[in-house]
Amino acid sequence: MSSIRVVLPGHLRSLAQCDGREVRVEAAAPTVAAVLDALEHSYPMLGGTIRDRRTGKRRDFVRFFACEEDLSLDPMDAPLPAAVAEGREPLLVIGAMAGG
Amino acid sequence: MTGVRVLVGTRKGAFVLTSDEARTDWKVDGPHFPGWEVYHVQGSPVDPNRIYAAPSGGWFGQLIQRSDDGGATWTPVGNDFGYTPGPSGDPGTHQWYDGSQKPWEFSRVWHLAPSPFDADTVYAGIQDAALFKSTDAGVTWTELPGLRDADGPKWQPGAGGMCLHTILFDPSDADRMYVAISAAGVFRTFDGGATWQPANGGLLSDGIPSPAAEVGHCVHKLALHPSRPETIFMQKHWDVMRSDDGAGSWTEVSGDLPTDFGFVIGVHAHEPETVYVVPITSDEHHFVMDGRLRVYRSRTGGTTWEPLTAGLPQENCYVDVLRDCLAIDSLDSCGVYVGTTGGQVYASSDSGDTWNAIVRDLPAVLSVEVQTLP
Repeated sequence: MSSIRVVLPGHLRSLAQCDGREVRVEAAAPTVAAVLDALEHSYPMLGGTIRDRRTGKRRDFVRFFACEEDLSLDPMDAPLPAAVAEGREPLLVIGAMAGG
Repeated sequence: MTGVRVLVGTRKGAFVLTSDEARTDWKVDGPHFPGWEVYHVQGSPVDPNRIYAAPSGGWFGQLIQRSDDGGATWTPVGNDFGYTPGPSGDPGTHQWYDGSQKPWEFSRVWHLAPSPFDADTVYAGIQDAALFKSTDAGVTWTELPGLRDADGPKWQPGAGGMCLHTILFDPSDADRMYVAISAAGVFRTFDGGATWQPANGGLLSDGIPSPAAEVGHCVHKLALHPSRPETIFMQKHWDVMRSDDGAGSWTEVSGDLPTDFGFVIGVHAHEPETVYVVPITSDEHHFVMDGRLRVYRSRTGGTTWEPLTAGLPQENCYVDVLRDCLAIDSLDSCGVYVGTTGGQVYASSDSGDTWNAIVRDLPAVLSVEVQTLP
């Protein structure tokens, strides 16, 4: 298991009724897919908001950043950077810059 | 306390407006779901404290929120709207703007219709147009796929997308329902939603190859009076219509309206032949005519109409009134409510004779519903 820090955008923090900017999840593997599995298990109301429920595809206007890198187009099962896997840096779930 | 609860969906959240029977002093509660586009908020006729809301957004998709305490607190419920696959294993295709075929794809919920018969049953009309039903108060949703069997590949989107925006129940017969889709038309079921038939006889529309086609009409809204469920009024893209045979056939009743383009239509709570519309200049100019917001009322079931203007802006007004933005309460002195894209919600407590703004500065209003509280 990997203990992963995740920063959620404001809308999703409100929806999940999270305290604070970050949540921590215990993911089965240090990958985006496993982090989202754990996140949706802990916060079922987030189902469908970050990735499609059926296809697992990232929603078009959601991006994943970590360690000042854009991971959005990486395969969902690619290993996260070591700093994220080891809990030194968070995985950032970002609403795309589309609001004007 | 006898009174009303007005449920308002806006471009950036939902609001709950409450008043006693006088409807002069209002409490404004909100925004709920701030920042989310709330296409519709609607309460259960069986349990008025149960209210559903449909917030959505381009970033994080669709939510369904439910309140069991009259809108004070909300809980996210189910947001999984999966189409029923057809024989080919996928949901199939419908017509796109250019006439080509495009796969059915969920984008948002437009309309929520809690059942008048059961507090745990609620229907959702979605884009791309389909009808879903929940029997567990919004936790899980199942499509009624028979609707798309009614010539679904011929349906096409209107300007707002291909949306199922109207769901009407026949209060005398739980097996009879009507839905309306832009741009496909009216469909009715006599078996609780298992099978559906197009019900567009008498409609004539530009923009489709055959103006009198069985499907393809851009119907904007339907309304009926519960005491006369065979009589249905329609605001089509252009034309105000009525049917007196349960959507078997339609007759134009636009009459002397200054323009018969518009979105909303509603029926007085106690006078089944009193009908309200809000004419909008045209489909090219989505604002009211001549800078004046005028609600039109017919006391003759259409054809002859009178403008209602007292208390409504009569100069420099260029708002639109979208399809779910007219509501009617059932207090003895019937109330009428209109929401605008300018963020105003106007209320009349005297059947439309005079109006006051409950609120003037909300985000653009997408829907207005009213609950009459015992």
